[in-house]
Amino acid sequence: MLHIPFGRAARQYPDHVAVIEPGKGSISYRDLDAVSDRVRDRLRADGVGPGDRVGLCLHKSIDTVAAIYGILKLGAAYVPVDPGAPPARNAFILNNCAVKLAVIAARFEDHLRAELEKLGTMPSLFVLADTGAGAALRHALDEAEAKRPAPSTPTATPAAGELAYILYTSGSTGKPKGVMLSHENAVSFVDWCSEVFAPRTSDRFSSHAPFHFDLSILDIHLPLKHGATLVLVAEDIGKDPVRLAPLIADHRITCWYSAPSILSLLAQYGKLDRYDYSALRLVLFAGEVFPVKHLRVLTKLLPAPEYFNLYGPTETNVCTFYRVSLPIPDERSVPFPIGKVCSHLEARVVDDRGRELSRGDEGELCIAGRGVMQGYWSLPEQTSRAFHEDESGRRWYRTGDIVVEAADGDYTYLGRRDRMIKRRGYRVELGEIEAGLYRHPSVKEAAVVAVADEEAGHRVKAFLSCRDAKHPSLVQMKGFCAQNLPLYMIPDEFVWCDALPKTSTDKVDYQQLKAMA
Amino acid sequence: MTDDIEGAVKSFILKEFLPGEDPAELTDATPLITGGVLDSIATLKVVMFIEETFGISLQAHEVDSEHLDTIAQIAQLVRAKKS
Repeated sequence: MLHIPFGRAARQYPDHVAVIEPGKGSISYRDLDAVSDRVRDRLRADGVGPGDRVGLCLHKSIDTVAAIYGILKLGAAYVPVDPGAPPARNAFILNNCAVKLAVIAARFEDHLRAELEKLGTMPSLFVLADTGAGAALRHALDEAEAKRPAPSTPTATPAAGELAYILYTSGSTGKPKGVMLSHENAVSFVDWCSEVFAPRTSDRFSSHAPFHFDLSILDIHLPLKHGATLVLVAEDIGKDPVRLAPLIADHRITCWYSAPSILSLLAQYGKLDRYDYSALRLVLFAGEVFPVKHLRVLTKLLPAPEYFNLYGPTETNVCTFYRVSLPIPDERSVPFPIGKVCSHLEARVVDDRGRELSRGDEGELCIAGRGVMQGYWSLPEQTSRAFHEDESGRRWYRTGDIVVEAADGDYTYLGRRDRMIKRRGYRVELGEIEAGLYRHPSVKEAAVVAVADEEAGHRVKAFLSCRDAKHPSLVQMKGFCAQNLPLYMIPDEFVWCDALPKTSTDKVDYQQLKAMA
Repeated sequence: MTDDIEGAVKSFILKEFLPGEDPAELTDATPLITGGVLDSIATLKVVMFIEETFGISLQAHEVDSEHLDTIAQIAQLVRAKKS
Protein backbone atom coordinates (compact mmCIF):
# COMPACT_ATOMS: atom_id res chain seq x y z
CA MET A 1 0.00 0.00 0.00
CA LEU A 2 1.21 3.45 -0.85
CA HIS A 3 1.67 4.63 2.75
CA ILE A 4 3.20 1.42 4.15
CA PRO A 5 6.74 1.97 2.75
CA PHE A 6 6.76 5.44 4.33
CA GLY A 7 5.83 3.93 7.71
CA ARG A 8 8.65 1.40 7.30
CA ALA A 9 11.12 4.17 6.43
CA ALA A 10 9.95 6.16 9.45
CA ARG A 11 10.79 3.25 11.73
CA GLN A 12 14.12 2.65 10.02
CA TYR A 13 15.25 6.28 9.74
CA PRO A 14 13.28 8.20 12.39
CA ASP A 15 15.81 11.03 12.63
CA HIS A 16 16.34 11.53 8.90
CA VAL A 17 14.88 14.70 7.48
CA ALA A 18 11.77 13.69 5.54
CA VAL A 19 10.64 17.01 4.09
CA ILE A 20 12.22 20.45 3.80
CA GLU A 21 10.12 23.50 3.12
CA PRO A 22 12.71 26.12 2.16
CA GLY A 23 12.53 29.24 4.28
CA LYS A 24 9.89 27.69 6.54
CA GLY A 25 11.32 24.59 8.21
CA SER A 26 11.70 20.84 7.98
CA ILE A 27 10.31 17.69 9.56
CA SER A 28 11.87 14.35 10.48
CA TYR A 29 10.46 10.97 9.51
CA ARG A 30 9.47 10.37 13.13
CA ASP A 31 7.52 13.62 13.37
CA LEU A 32 5.90 13.33 9.93
CA ASP A 33 4.76 9.84 10.87
CA ALA A 34 3.36 11.12 14.17
CA VAL A 35 1.54 14.11 12.64
CA SER A 36 0.04 11.98 9.89
CA ASP A 37 -1.15 9.52 12.56
CA ARG A 38 -2.92 12.43 14.23
CA VAL A 39 -4.54 13.40 10.91
CA ARG A 40 -5.71 9.79 10.47
CA ASP A 41 -7.27 9.80 13.95
CA ARG A 42 -8.86 13.23 13.52
CA LEU A 43 -10.42 12.35 10.19
CA ARG A 44 -11.83 9.15 11.69
CA ALA A 45 -13.27 11.11 14.60
CA ASP A 46 -14.79 13.56 12.11
CA GLY A 47 -16.66 10.80 10.36
CA VAL A 48 -14.34 9.89 7.49
CA GLY A 49 -13.86 6.20 6.89
CA PRO A 50 -11.96 3.82 4.63
CA GLY A 51 -13.02 4.22 1.02
CA ASP A 52 -14.09 7.85 1.44
CA ARG A 53 -12.57 10.72 -0.53
CA VAL A 54 -10.88 13.63 1.22
CA GLY A 55 -10.20 16.90 -0.63
CA LEU A 56 -7.06 18.96 -0.22
CA CYS A 57 -7.11 22.68 -1.03
CA LEU A 58 -3.74 23.74 0.33
CA HIS A 59 -0.54 25.21 -0.95
CA LYS A 60 2.30 22.74 -1.13
CA SER A 61 3.73 22.41 2.37
CA ILE A 62 4.78 19.97 5.07
CA ASP A 63 1.20 20.28 6.32
CA THR A 64 -0.05 18.97 2.97
CA VAL A 65 2.35 16.01 2.91
CA ALA A 66 1.29 15.08 6.45
CA ALA A 67 -2.37 15.37 5.46
CA ILE A 68 -1.82 13.09 2.44
CA TYR A 69 -0.28 10.36 4.60
CA GLY A 70 -2.98 10.79 7.23
CA ILE A 71 -5.67 10.28 4.60
CA LEU A 72 -3.90 7.22 3.17
CA LYS A 73 -3.36 5.73 6.63
CA LEU A 74 -7.10 5.92 7.19
CA GLY A 75 -7.71 3.97 3.99
CA ALA A 76 -9.31 6.96 2.30
CA ALA A 77 -8.33 8.51 -1.05
CA TYR A 78 -6.92 12.02 -1.36
CA VAL A 79 -8.20 14.46 -3.95
CA PRO A 80 -5.82 17.42 -4.35
CA VAL A 81 -7.15 20.52 -6.11
CA ASP A 82 -5.20 23.48 -7.42
CA PRO A 83 -5.63 26.23 -4.81
CA GLY A 84 -4.88 28.80 -7.54
CA ALA A 85 -7.69 27.57 -9.83
CA PRO A 86 -11.07 29.30 -9.90
CA PRO A 87 -13.07 28.29 -6.79
CA ALA A 88 -15.99 27.16 -8.98
CA ARG A 89 -13.73 24.58 -10.64
CA ASN A 90 -12.49 23.31 -7.28
CA ALA A 91 -16.02 23.14 -5.91
CA PHE A 92 -17.06 21.13 -8.96
CA ILE A 93 -14.25 18.64 -8.33
CA LEU A 94 -14.97 18.21 -4.62
CA ASN A 95 -18.67 17.81 -5.33
CA ASN A 96 -18.11 15.53 -8.30
CA CYS A 97 -16.34 12.84 -6.31
CA ALA A 98 -18.41 13.53 -3.19
CA VAL A 99 -15.57 14.18 -0.77
CA LYS A 100 -16.59 13.50 2.83
CA LEU A 101 -14.28 16.21 4.11
CA ALA A 102 -11.80 18.73 2.70
CA VAL A 103 -8.65 19.97 4.39
CA ILE A 104 -8.40 23.59 3.36
CA ALA A 105 -6.37 26.72 4.14
CA ALA A 106 -8.46 29.54 5.66
CA ARG A 107 -7.64 31.92 2.81
CA PHE A 108 -9.56 29.73 0.34
CA GLU A 109 -12.47 28.95 2.64
CA ASP A 110 -14.96 31.76 1.91
CA HIS A 111 -14.84 31.50 -1.87
CA LEU A 112 -14.90 27.73 -1.88
CA ARG A 113 -17.73 27.57 0.65
CA ALA A 114 -19.78 29.98 -1.49
CA GLU A 115 -19.25 27.87 -4.61
CA LEU A 116 -20.04 24.64 -2.78
CA GLU A 117 -23.27 26.18 -1.49
CA LYS A 118 -24.24 27.06 -5.06
CA LEU A 119 -23.92 23.35 -5.88
CA GLY A 120 -26.09 22.48 -2.90
CA THR A 121 -23.36 20.51 -1.18
CA MET A 122 -21.21 21.06 1.87
CA PRO A 123 -18.61 18.51 2.94
CA SER A 124 -17.03 18.95 6.35
CA LEU A 125 -14.15 21.41 6.17
CA PHE A 126 -11.04 21.00 8.31
CA VAL A 127 -9.60 24.50 8.14
CA LEU A 128 -5.94 25.38 8.68
CA ALA A 129 -5.12 28.99 9.52
CA ASP A 130 -2.39 28.83 6.89
CA THR A 131 0.21 26.34 5.73
CA GLY A 132 3.92 26.20 6.41
CA ALA A 133 6.30 23.74 8.06
CA GLY A 134 3.42 21.76 9.55
CA ALA A 135 2.71 24.32 12.27
CA ALA A 136 -0.79 25.24 11.10
CA LEU A 137 -1.79 21.60 10.81
CA ARG A 138 -0.52 20.82 14.31
CA HIS A 139 -2.32 23.86 15.67
CA ALA A 140 -5.60 22.87 13.99
CA LEU A 141 -5.22 19.31 15.31
CA ASP A 142 -4.54 20.64 18.84
CA GLU A 143 -7.62 22.86 18.73
CA ALA A 144 -9.84 20.07 17.47
CA GLU A 145 -8.40 17.72 20.09
CA ALA A 146 -9.19 20.18 22.87
CA LYS A 147 -12.80 20.35 21.75
CA ARG A 148 -13.27 16.66 21.05
CA PRO A 149 -10.50 14.12 21.54
CA ALA A 150 -9.82 11.76 18.61
CA PRO A 151 -9.18 8.20 19.77
CA SER A 152 -6.32 6.34 18.10
CA THR A 153 -7.37 4.24 15.15
CA PRO A 154 -5.19 1.65 13.44
CA THR A 155 -3.48 2.37 10.14
CA ALA A 156 -5.46 0.75 7.35
CA THR A 157 -4.15 -1.82 4.94
CA PRO A 158 -6.48 -1.28 1.99
CA ALA A 159 -6.83 -3.88 -0.73
CA ALA A 160 -4.65 -3.32 -3.78
CA GLY A 161 -7.64 -2.18 -5.82
CA GLU A 162 -8.81 0.46 -3.32
CA LEU A 163 -8.40 4.06 -4.43
CA ALA A 164 -5.34 5.95 -3.17
CA TYR A 165 -6.03 9.27 -4.89
CA ILE A 166 -8.04 10.91 -7.65
CA LEU A 167 -6.35 13.45 -9.93
CA TYR A 168 -8.56 15.67 -12.05
CA THR A 169 -7.46 16.47 -15.57
CA SER A 170 -8.88 18.67 -18.28
CA GLY A 171 -12.06 17.26 -19.80
CA SER A 172 -13.21 17.77 -23.38
CA THR A 173 -16.79 18.44 -22.29
CA GLY A 174 -15.74 21.53 -20.35
CA LYS A 175 -15.64 19.83 -16.96
CA PRO A 176 -12.54 18.26 -15.45
CA LYS A 177 -12.61 14.48 -15.10
CA GLY A 178 -11.32 12.49 -12.16
CA VAL A 179 -8.71 9.83 -12.89
CA MET A 180 -9.07 7.08 -10.27
CA LEU A 181 -5.75 5.57 -9.22
CA SER A 182 -5.55 2.64 -6.84
CA HIS A 183 -2.87 1.63 -4.37
CA GLU A 184 -1.70 -1.02 -6.81
CA ASN A 185 -1.44 1.57 -9.60
CA ALA A 186 0.64 3.87 -7.45
CA VAL A 187 2.79 1.25 -5.73
CA SER A 188 3.69 -0.53 -8.97
CA PHE A 189 4.83 2.81 -10.39
CA VAL A 190 6.84 3.79 -7.32
CA ASP A 191 8.46 0.34 -7.24
CA TRP A 192 9.45 0.75 -10.88
CA CYS A 193 11.03 4.11 -10.00
CA SER A 194 12.97 2.41 -7.20
CA GLU A 195 14.31 -0.14 -9.65
CA VAL A 196 15.42 2.38 -12.26
CA PHE A 197 16.54 5.38 -10.21
CA ALA A 198 17.89 3.50 -7.16
CA PRO A 199 17.19 6.18 -4.52
CA ARG A 200 19.63 6.51 -1.63
CA THR A 201 18.99 7.78 1.87
CA SER A 202 21.33 10.68 1.08
CA ASP A 203 19.23 11.77 -1.91
CA ARG A 204 17.32 15.02 -1.95
CA PHE A 205 14.39 14.95 -4.35
CA SER A 206 12.76 18.09 -5.68
CA SER A 207 9.04 18.55 -5.45
CA HIS A 208 8.47 21.00 -8.26
CA ALA A 209 5.11 19.90 -9.66
CA PRO A 210 1.93 20.89 -7.84
CA PHE A 211 0.33 18.09 -5.82
CA HIS A 212 -2.71 17.93 -8.16
CA PHE A 213 -0.32 17.01 -10.99
CA ASP A 214 0.72 13.37 -11.53
CA LEU A 215 4.45 14.15 -11.35
CA SER A 216 3.91 14.65 -7.61
CA ILE A 217 3.43 10.90 -7.10
CA LEU A 218 7.11 10.24 -7.81
CA ASP A 219 8.12 13.43 -5.97
CA ILE A 220 6.37 12.52 -2.72
CA HIS A 221 6.23 8.78 -2.50
CA LEU A 222 9.60 7.73 -3.94
CA PRO A 223 11.94 9.60 -1.56
CA LEU A 224 9.72 8.92 1.46
CA LYS A 225 9.84 5.21 0.72
CA HIS A 226 13.64 5.21 0.87
CA GLY A 227 14.56 7.43 3.82
CA ALA A 228 15.58 10.24 1.45
CA THR A 229 14.56 13.89 1.70
CA LEU A 230 11.88 15.75 -0.21
CA VAL A 231 12.55 19.47 -0.89
CA LEU A 232 9.32 21.34 -1.57
CA VAL A 233 9.48 24.07 -4.19
CA ALA A 234 6.81 26.71 -3.59
CA GLU A 235 4.50 27.37 -6.54
CA ASP A 236 5.68 30.96 -7.12
CA ILE A 237 9.39 30.10 -6.97
CA GLY A 238 8.78 27.11 -9.21
CA LYS A 239 7.77 29.39 -12.07
CA ASP A 240 10.65 31.81 -11.60
CA PRO A 241 14.02 30.59 -12.92
CA VAL A 242 15.87 33.45 -11.22
CA ARG A 243 14.84 32.26 -7.77
CA LEU A 244 14.71 28.58 -8.61
CA ALA A 245 18.31 28.29 -9.83
CA PRO A 246 19.93 29.12 -6.46
CA LEU A 247 17.35 27.06 -4.54
CA ILE A 248 18.34 23.85 -6.38
CA ALA A 249 22.01 24.53 -5.64
CA ASP A 250 21.58 25.70 -2.03
CA HIS A 251 19.49 22.70 -1.06
CA ARG A 252 21.91 20.29 -2.75
CA ILE A 253 19.11 18.65 -4.70
CA THR A 254 20.27 15.35 -6.17
CA CYS A 255 17.18 14.30 -8.17
CA TRP A 256 15.20 16.87 -10.11
CA TYR A 257 11.85 16.14 -11.75
CA SER A 258 9.67 18.62 -13.63
CA ALA A 259 8.03 19.50 -16.91
CA PRO A 260 10.56 20.57 -19.56
CA SER A 261 9.24 24.15 -19.73
CA ILE A 262 10.80 25.22 -16.42
CA LEU A 263 14.07 23.49 -17.37
CA SER A 264 14.05 25.50 -20.62
CA LEU A 265 13.55 28.67 -18.61
CA LEU A 266 16.33 27.69 -16.18
CA ALA A 267 18.69 27.16 -19.11
CA GLN A 268 17.75 30.52 -20.64
CA TYR A 269 17.30 32.80 -17.62
CA GLY A 270 18.61 30.93 -14.57
CA LYS A 271 22.30 31.98 -14.87
CA LEU A 272 23.17 28.40 -13.97
CA ASP A 273 26.91 28.98 -14.36
CA ARG A 274 26.87 30.99 -11.12
CA TYR A 275 25.86 28.07 -8.90
CA ASP A 276 27.21 24.74 -7.72
CA TYR A 277 25.16 21.79 -8.95
CA SER A 278 27.69 19.11 -8.12
CA ALA A 279 25.11 17.23 -6.00
CA LEU A 280 22.70 16.81 -8.91
CA ARG A 281 22.79 13.23 -10.24
CA LEU A 282 19.43 12.84 -11.99
CA VAL A 283 17.33 15.19 -14.11
CA LEU A 284 13.94 13.72 -15.00
CA PHE A 285 11.45 15.49 -17.22
CA ALA A 286 7.93 14.61 -18.34
CA GLY A 287 4.67 16.13 -19.44
CA GLU A 288 5.53 17.45 -22.87
CA VAL A 289 8.15 17.37 -25.60
CA PHE A 290 11.46 18.96 -24.58
CA PRO A 291 12.69 21.12 -27.49
CA VAL A 292 16.15 19.76 -28.31
CA LYS A 293 17.76 23.19 -28.61
CA HIS A 294 16.87 24.05 -25.00
CA LEU A 295 17.79 20.57 -23.72
CA ARG A 296 21.17 20.91 -25.44
CA VAL A 297 21.83 24.26 -23.72
CA LEU A 298 20.84 22.77 -20.36
CA THR A 299 23.03 19.69 -20.74
CA LYS A 300 25.98 21.83 -21.77
CA LEU A 301 25.55 23.95 -18.64
CA LEU A 302 24.98 20.87 -16.45
CA PRO A 303 26.76 17.92 -18.09
CA ALA A 304 27.17 15.69 -15.01
CA PRO A 305 23.66 14.38 -14.21
CA GLU A 306 21.87 11.60 -16.06
CA TYR A 307 18.89 12.85 -18.07
CA PHE A 308 15.70 10.83 -18.49
CA ASN A 309 12.72 11.63 -20.68
CA LEU A 310 9.69 10.11 -18.91
CA TYR A 311 6.42 9.78 -20.76
CA GLY A 312 2.93 8.88 -19.66
CA PRO A 313 -0.56 10.27 -19.13
CA THR A 314 -2.11 10.64 -15.67
CA GLU A 315 -4.09 7.46 -16.41
CA THR A 316 -0.93 5.33 -16.32
CA ASN A 317 1.61 7.68 -14.80
CA VAL A 318 5.01 7.09 -16.45
CA CYS A 319 4.74 4.28 -18.97
CA THR A 320 7.85 4.72 -21.13
CA PHE A 321 11.29 6.16 -20.39
CA TYR A 322 14.37 7.15 -22.34
CA ARG A 323 17.87 7.93 -21.12
CA VAL A 324 19.37 10.80 -23.10
CA SER A 325 22.96 10.20 -24.20
CA LEU A 326 25.29 13.16 -23.79
CA PRO A 327 26.61 15.21 -25.43
CA ILE A 328 23.69 16.02 -27.69
CA PRO A 329 25.06 16.57 -31.20
CA ASP A 330 24.78 20.17 -32.43
CA GLU A 331 23.06 19.06 -35.62
CA ARG A 332 20.25 17.19 -33.83
CA SER A 333 16.91 18.99 -33.93
CA VAL A 334 14.32 16.20 -33.75
CA PRO A 335 13.01 15.46 -30.25
CA PHE A 336 14.26 12.36 -28.43
CA PRO A 337 12.13 9.19 -28.36
CA ILE A 338 9.83 8.56 -25.42
CA GLY A 339 11.72 5.28 -25.09
CA LYS A 340 10.92 1.78 -23.90
CA VAL A 341 7.95 0.61 -21.93
CA CYS A 342 8.38 0.40 -18.14
CA SER A 343 8.78 -3.09 -16.68
CA HIS A 344 5.47 -3.03 -14.74
CA LEU A 345 3.48 -2.29 -17.90
CA GLU A 346 2.97 -3.58 -21.42
CA ALA A 347 2.53 -1.55 -24.58
CA ARG A 348 1.07 -2.17 -28.00
CA VAL A 349 0.39 0.02 -31.01
CA VAL A 350 -3.03 -0.27 -32.65
CA ASP A 351 -4.85 1.14 -35.64
CA ASP A 352 -8.10 3.08 -35.40
CA ARG A 353 -10.06 -0.17 -35.21
CA GLY A 354 -7.97 -1.49 -32.33
CA ARG A 355 -5.96 -4.00 -34.38
CA GLU A 356 -2.39 -4.48 -33.25
CA LEU A 357 0.15 -3.12 -35.71
CA SER A 358 3.60 -4.37 -36.57
CA ARG A 359 6.73 -2.68 -35.31
CA GLY A 360 7.47 0.32 -37.51
CA ASP A 361 3.81 1.14 -38.24
CA GLU A 362 2.35 4.38 -36.92
CA GLY A 363 -0.59 3.97 -34.58
CA GLU A 364 -2.06 4.69 -31.19
CA LEU A 365 -0.09 3.67 -28.12
CA CYS A 366 -2.09 1.50 -25.72
CA ILE A 367 -0.97 0.46 -22.25
CA ALA A 368 -1.97 -2.42 -19.99
CA GLY A 369 -0.73 -3.58 -16.63
CA ARG A 370 -0.68 -2.83 -12.93
CA GLY A 371 -0.16 0.91 -13.32
CA VAL A 372 -3.23 1.61 -15.43
CA MET A 373 -6.06 3.59 -13.81
CA GLN A 374 -9.37 2.05 -12.87
CA GLY A 375 -11.36 4.64 -14.83
CA TYR A 376 -12.84 8.13 -14.58
CA TRP A 377 -14.91 8.96 -11.55
CA SER A 378 -18.60 8.41 -12.31
CA LEU A 379 -18.04 8.62 -16.07
CA PRO A 380 -18.69 5.05 -17.26
CA GLU A 381 -19.02 6.01 -20.93
CA GLN A 382 -15.79 7.99 -21.04
CA THR A 383 -14.09 5.18 -19.13
CA SER A 384 -15.36 2.66 -21.63
CA ARG A 385 -14.13 4.80 -24.54
CA ALA A 386 -10.72 5.14 -22.91
CA PHE A 387 -10.07 1.40 -23.10
CA HIS A 388 -10.21 -1.25 -25.71
CA GLU A 389 -10.31 -4.97 -25.08
CA ASP A 390 -8.07 -7.37 -26.92
CA GLU A 391 -9.00 -10.85 -28.11
CA SER A 392 -8.41 -12.29 -24.64
CA GLY A 393 -10.58 -9.66 -22.96
CA ARG A 394 -7.65 -7.74 -21.52
CA ARG A 395 -8.19 -4.00 -21.07
CA TRP A 396 -5.74 -1.62 -22.77
CA TYR A 397 -5.75 2.10 -22.01
CA ARG A 398 -5.81 4.15 -25.20
CA THR A 399 -3.38 7.03 -24.68
CA GLY A 400 -4.58 9.02 -27.69
CA ASP A 401 -0.92 9.47 -28.62
CA ILE A 402 0.26 8.41 -32.05
CA VAL A 403 3.65 6.70 -31.89
CA VAL A 404 5.96 4.47 -33.87
CA GLU A 405 8.16 1.74 -32.43
CA ALA A 406 11.74 1.49 -33.70
CA ALA A 407 13.67 -1.74 -34.17
CA ASP A 408 15.37 -1.26 -30.79
CA GLY A 409 12.01 -1.07 -28.94
CA ASP A 410 12.08 2.69 -28.44
CA TYR A 411 8.80 4.47 -29.10
CA THR A 412 8.74 7.90 -30.71
CA TYR A 413 5.86 10.30 -30.12
CA LEU A 414 4.36 11.68 -33.33
CA GLY A 415 1.22 13.56 -32.27
CA ARG A 416 -2.32 13.32 -30.93
CA ARG A 417 -5.44 11.74 -32.36
CA ASP A 418 -7.73 14.25 -30.62
CA ARG A 419 -7.86 17.86 -29.42
CA MET A 420 -5.72 17.52 -26.33
CA ILE A 421 -2.52 19.56 -26.07
CA LYS A 422 0.24 20.06 -23.52
CA ARG A 423 0.92 23.54 -22.24
CA ARG A 424 3.72 24.14 -19.77
CA GLY A 425 3.41 20.47 -18.87
CA TYR A 426 -0.32 20.69 -18.21
CA ARG A 427 -2.74 18.67 -20.23
CA VAL A 428 -5.40 20.83 -21.79
CA GLU A 429 -8.49 19.80 -23.71
CA LEU A 430 -9.24 22.59 -26.17
CA GLY A 431 -12.93 21.82 -25.64
CA GLU A 432 -12.63 22.86 -21.99
CA ILE A 433 -11.28 26.27 -23.05
CA GLU A 434 -14.15 26.64 -25.51
CA ALA A 435 -16.67 25.75 -22.80
CA GLY A 436 -15.07 28.41 -20.58
CA LEU A 437 -15.29 31.04 -23.34
CA TYR A 438 -18.96 30.23 -23.96
CA ARG A 439 -19.70 31.31 -20.38
CA HIS A 440 -19.00 34.91 -21.40
CA PRO A 441 -22.36 36.59 -22.06
CA SER A 442 -21.09 38.34 -25.21
CA VAL A 443 -19.64 35.23 -26.80
CA LYS A 444 -21.87 33.77 -29.50
CA GLU A 445 -19.44 31.25 -30.94
CA ALA A 446 -16.06 30.06 -29.72
CA ALA A 447 -13.48 27.77 -31.29
CA VAL A 448 -9.92 27.26 -30.16
CA VAL A 449 -6.92 25.99 -32.08
CA ALA A 450 -3.39 25.28 -30.92
CA VAL A 451 -0.21 26.19 -32.72
CA ALA A 452 3.09 24.49 -31.83
CA ASP A 453 5.45 26.77 -29.92
CA GLU A 454 8.95 25.99 -28.69
CA GLU A 455 8.70 27.94 -25.43
CA ALA A 456 5.21 27.07 -24.22
CA GLY A 457 4.66 23.78 -26.04
CA HIS A 458 1.63 25.30 -27.75
CA ARG A 459 0.16 28.75 -28.29
CA VAL A 460 -3.60 28.84 -28.04
CA LYS A 461 -5.63 31.00 -30.37
CA ALA A 462 -9.33 31.62 -29.75
CA PHE A 463 -11.68 32.52 -32.61
CA LEU A 464 -14.88 34.15 -31.43
CA SER A 465 -18.02 35.77 -32.71
CA CYS A 466 -19.96 38.26 -30.65
CA ARG A 467 -23.62 38.76 -29.76
CA ASP A 468 -23.14 42.49 -29.36
CA ALA A 469 -22.16 45.26 -31.77
CA LYS A 470 -18.91 45.91 -29.89
CA HIS A 471 -16.87 42.95 -28.73
CA PRO A 472 -15.13 42.85 -25.32
CA SER A 473 -11.54 44.08 -25.25
CA LEU A 474 -8.54 41.77 -25.00
CA VAL A 475 -7.96 42.88 -21.40
CA GLN A 476 -11.58 42.11 -20.54
CA MET A 477 -11.42 38.68 -22.18
CA LYS A 478 -8.17 37.77 -20.41
CA GLY A 479 -9.63 38.95 -17.12
CA PHE A 480 -12.78 36.90 -17.70
CA CYS A 481 -10.73 33.82 -18.50
CA ALA A 482 -8.61 34.32 -15.37
CA GLN A 483 -11.82 34.07 -13.35
CA ASN A 484 -13.15 31.03 -15.18
CA LEU A 485 -10.22 28.90 -16.28
CA PRO A 486 -6.90 27.82 -14.80
CA LEU A 487 -4.22 30.33 -15.87
CA TYR A 488 -2.48 27.81 -18.14
CA MET A 489 -5.67 27.55 -20.21
CA ILE A 490 -6.03 31.27 -21.01
CA PRO A 491 -5.69 31.74 -24.78
CA ASP A 492 -2.72 33.74 -26.01
CA GLU A 493 -4.71 35.42 -28.74
CA PHE A 494 -8.35 36.31 -29.34
CA VAL A 495 -9.62 36.84 -32.87
CA TRP A 496 -13.14 38.20 -33.39
CA CYS A 497 -14.98 37.22 -36.54
CA ASP A 498 -18.47 38.10 -37.82
CA ALA A 499 -19.13 34.36 -37.82
CA LEU A 500 -16.87 31.33 -37.52
CA PRO A 501 -16.16 29.45 -40.76
CA LYS A 502 -18.28 26.31 -41.19
CA THR A 503 -17.98 23.05 -43.07
CA SER A 504 -20.67 21.84 -45.45
CA THR A 505 -22.33 20.07 -42.52
CA ASP A 506 -22.44 23.35 -40.62
CA LYS A 507 -19.78 22.39 -38.10
CA VAL A 508 -16.96 24.74 -37.15
CA ASP A 509 -14.28 24.39 -39.81
CA TYR A 510 -11.21 23.78 -37.67
CA GLN A 511 -9.01 23.15 -40.70
CA GLN A 512 -9.75 26.64 -41.97
CA LEU A 513 -9.18 28.11 -38.52
CA LYS A 514 -5.83 26.32 -38.31
CA ALA A 515 -4.90 27.81 -41.68
CA MET A 516 -5.90 31.24 -40.32
CA ALA A 517 -3.83 30.69 -37.16
CA MET B 1 16.07 56.28 -19.45
CA THR B 2 12.58 57.69 -19.21
CA ASP B 3 10.75 59.49 -16.41
CA ASP B 4 7.36 58.35 -17.63
CA ILE B 5 7.57 54.95 -16.03
CA GLU B 6 3.87 54.16 -16.36
CA GLY B 7 3.92 55.13 -20.06
CA ALA B 8 7.00 53.06 -20.85
CA VAL B 9 5.69 49.95 -19.06
CA LYS B 10 2.27 50.35 -20.66
CA SER B 11 3.78 50.65 -24.15
CA PHE B 12 5.89 47.56 -23.59
CA ILE B 13 2.97 45.46 -22.32
CA LEU B 14 0.68 46.61 -25.14
CA LYS B 15 3.30 45.86 -27.79
CA GLU B 16 4.44 42.51 -26.43
CA PHE B 17 1.35 40.95 -24.86
CA LEU B 18 -1.74 42.84 -26.05
CA PRO B 19 -1.11 43.48 -29.74
CA GLY B 20 -3.94 45.40 -31.36
CA GLU B 21 -5.55 46.33 -28.04
CA ASP B 22 -7.08 49.79 -27.53
CA PRO B 23 -4.55 51.54 -25.22
CA ALA B 24 -7.44 52.96 -23.18
CA GLU B 25 -8.31 49.41 -22.04
CA LEU B 26 -5.01 49.05 -20.20
CA THR B 27 -5.04 51.40 -17.24
CA ASP B 28 -2.58 51.83 -14.41
CA ALA B 29 -4.94 49.74 -12.25
CA THR B 30 -5.63 46.85 -14.66
CA PRO B 31 -4.73 43.55 -12.93
CA LEU B 32 -1.91 42.10 -14.99
CA ILE B 33 -0.97 38.79 -13.37
CA THR B 34 -4.23 38.00 -11.57
CA GLY B 35 -6.13 39.32 -14.61
CA GLY B 36 -4.53 36.83 -16.98
CA VAL B 37 -2.65 39.45 -19.03
CA LEU B 38 0.81 38.28 -17.94
CA ASP B 39 1.69 34.62 -17.48
CA SER B 40 4.91 33.56 -15.77
CA ILE B 41 7.11 33.98 -18.84
CA ALA B 42 5.52 37.32 -19.71
CA THR B 43 6.11 38.49 -16.13
CA LEU B 44 9.75 37.54 -16.47
CA LYS B 45 10.00 39.54 -19.69
CA VAL B 46 8.45 42.59 -17.99
CA VAL B 47 11.01 42.26 -15.18
CA MET B 48 13.87 42.10 -17.68
CA PHE B 49 12.43 45.14 -19.48
CA ILE B 50 12.18 47.31 -16.37
CA GLU B 51 15.60 46.23 -15.10
CA GLU B 52 17.22 47.19 -18.41
CA THR B 53 15.16 50.33 -19.06
CA PHE B 54 15.41 51.84 -15.60
CA GLY B 55 18.79 50.46 -14.54
CA ILE B 56 17.47 48.76 -11.44
CA SER B 57 17.63 45.24 -10.08
CA LEU B 58 14.64 43.46 -8.59
CA GLN B 59 15.00 41.08 -5.69
CA ALA B 60 13.71 37.59 -6.28
CA HIS B 61 10.89 37.99 -3.74
CA GLU B 62 9.64 41.10 -5.55
CA VAL B 63 8.79 39.16 -8.71
CA ASP B 64 5.21 38.25 -7.86
CA SER B 65 1.64 39.44 -8.09
CA GLU B 66 1.92 41.33 -4.81
CA HIS B 67 4.51 43.69 -6.31
CA LEU B 68 3.86 43.61 -10.05
CA ASP B 69 0.13 43.15 -10.56
CA THR B 70 -0.59 46.64 -11.93
CA ILE B 71 1.33 49.27 -13.85
CA ALA B 72 0.92 51.55 -10.82
CA GLN B 73 2.58 48.95 -8.57
CA ILE B 74 5.39 48.42 -11.05
CA ALA B 75 6.00 52.19 -11.30
CA GLN B 76 5.96 52.50 -7.51
CA LEU B 77 8.54 49.74 -7.20
CA VAL B 78 10.77 51.31 -9.86
CA ARG B 79 10.58 54.74 -8.18
CA ALA B 80 11.42 53.25 -4.79
CA LYS B 81 14.46 51.53 -6.31
CA LYS B 82 15.64 54.65 -8.08
CA SER B 83 15.29 56.97 -5.09
